[in-house]
Amino acid sequence: MKHFLEGSRAVAEVVKLCKPGVISAYPITPQTHIVEELAQMCADGELKSEFINVESEHSAASVVLGAVAAGVRAYTATSSQGLLYMAEVIFNIAGMRLPLVLTCANRAVSAPINIWNDHQDSISLRDAGWIQLYAEDIQEAADLHLIGYRLAEDKSMMLPVMVCMDGFILTHGIETVDIPTQEQADKFLPIYSPLYKLDPQDPITMGSLVDPDYYTETRYALAHTLKEALGLIPKVAQEFAKTFGRTYNGLIEEYRTKDAERVIVAMGSVCGTVKEVVDEYRSKGKKVGLLKITSYRPFPAQAIYESLKDTLRVAVLDRALSLGSFAPLAAEVKAAFFGKKKQPKVISSFIVGLGGRDITKESIKEVLRLLTAKEVIADFIDLKPELLREDFS
Amino acid sequence: MNRLFSPGHTACAGCGQAIAARLVLEVAGQNTIIVNNTGCLEVFSSKYPETAWGVPFIHSLFENAAAVASGVEGALKYLGKKEGINIIAQAGDGGTADIGLQALSGMWERGHDILYCCYDNEAYMNTGCQRSGLTPFATNTTTSPIANQSFGNIRLKKPMPEIAVAHGIPYVATASVGFVQDLQRKVKKALSIKGPKYVQVHVPCPLGWRHESNLTIDVGKLAVETGLYPLIEYENGTLSGSRQITPKPVEEYLKVQGRFKHLLNNPSAIKQIQEIADNNIKKYGLKLVPPKAGLI
Repeated sequence: MKHFLEGSRAVAEVVKLCKPGVISAYPITPQTHIVEELAQMCADGELKSEFINVESEHSAASVVLGAVAAGVRAYTATSSQGLLYMAEVIFNIAGMRLPLVLTCANRAVSAPINIWNDHQDSISLRDAGWIQLYAEDIQEAADLHLIGYRLAEDKSMMLPVMVCMDGFILTHGIETVDIPTQEQADKFLPIYSPLYKLDPQDPITMGSLVDPDYYTETRYALAHTLKEALGLIPKVAQEFAKTFGRTYNGLIEEYRTKDAERVIVAMGSVCGTVKEVVDEYRSKGKKVGLLKITSYRPFPAQAIYESLKDTLRVAVLDRALSLGSFAPLAAEVKAAFFGKKKQPKVISSFIVGLGGRDITKESIKEVLRLLTAKEVIADFIDLKPELLREDFS
Repeated sequence: MNRLFSPGHTACAGCGQAIAARLVLEVAGQNTIIVNNTGCLEVFSSKYPETAWGVPFIHSLFENAAAVASGVEGALKYLGKKEGINIIAQAGDGGTADIGLQALSGMWERGHDILYCCYDNEAYMNTGCQRSGLTPFATNTTTSPIANQSFGNIRLKKPMPEIAVAHGIPYVATASVGFVQDLQRKVKKALSIKGPKYVQVHVPCPLGWRHESNLTIDVGKLAVETGLYPLIEYENGTLSGSRQITPKPVEEYLKVQGRFKHLLNNPSAIKQIQEIADNNIKKYGLKLVPPKAGLI
């Protein structure tokens, strides 16, 4: 049924449909509305979860770790500093192969402190062994939670999933959202049955010390499973479409790329803006398209290659930095073409929308203007030169 | 035979923590889930592909056992399976009083039905004896070394039992591996009470304390008998019990351990340590008063 909902509310409604046994979170903007909604649902008796208020994000992540280890579905959400404070636990959850879903309401990282959106928080944890999915709009953010639990709990995966949604833009924005019925959700997402759990009837040891004789194989297994996720994600997305009628590829979305000479690659809510610009250019006969990356981890290099191998020029938008090196998404898009016969003539890289700076249609048009035969590396769009000084010597 | 905590693990000879962990689990029994912080105990008992644990055991990180245990408890409650299952979170002194204190405070404050056991060997032994918040005054550790400008750790032990009591939790106790029956009685009592419980067990470490490995129990006893490690119990915030002693001079405890060797020719330091013991004896009423003739 369709509702006019704030993004946080929509996510909370879908998390409720997933019936987590334990929810734990710590307040941080812009994630807070999600867990406030869930706390209210528990207080109203609509949701039977154990809602555990904690003293930090480190403990929030640890609580849900313990809950999943004890055999129940669990949920947490965070942003920015909160995600970084969890970082140690984030790696631990993946290493212990615990299927969890976490919402990251994407926000910039301090210093300077800034509560607004960019992707630096989740991008900084890309190597933790989680599946990372980025939502374009509120409907997709909500849907990715159902898809996320299905993926995480698939017996061939047993991996955590981070659903990334742009802070404020999606968490506090209001859109018409289709919230499935409980029957639909139950059909798509069966009751969680763990492979292993802490059970006095069948005692096991979890979180062992693993020495050089075995450690490599545990990491190999993680890497291998994430590769296999590239095959599973589209399958689960197809099943989602069958149940709910909304079609996703799960890895990427190609928007008017077929004959495009210029394609913008991006993740998250900016894709909506890019689509508008693409439509505008197309209406003027200009062959422009968008390649949206939904799955940043695992990184769909092959799908990106297939999509863009015949494109003349590609512009990659990064909403985060890897300070001291190339922009993170751009570097990996380029790597997808390294050594290949077919590849775009130019792959240029642009930094946009840091710390909540608006990415307007004009910003996207500027990117397209700068996407010439000359490669651009990590060019900052909408930079204000008047705020920069170079005379500190 | 399914042992709850099997021998054959890799603890050092005379490890007080290994003895204490076994004694605690003996009382708790089969229907127990152990959540362990990183530290000696986890390292010597759970090295893949072996395990000493005959009950469900989970280790996550250095500082989060109290939070992981909270999640385990929440899950069991959700499943309707909490009844009859003991959840024990355990850690060393560093994992408890330093890096794990925040998560532990949260666990206490939220009122989870969990027994938290701190095995207090008074320094970071797993990394080679660095001082912790529970290292005693004047102890020689690798990060509070003795030298021209130093005679060891400059701080007193962090008052963890009082910090626990201040959280309003129903049961707090200290125990020692030197007094087995007392330790097991306290664990049994703790597990009979709903809510968060804190038991801090003094566990000599032959390697870090530099005493003979056959002296673990004796050294543990001496700490109690000198008044340096009072065995006390708080129920609902009130001091409800303390082990009575006929106090021995602190030198008897200090002289058998390499970590205090530097103090033996330092009468003023010994005097300061004797004062710590005397204060404990006074504060907790530890001194055994012989019954007066005629009143028996």
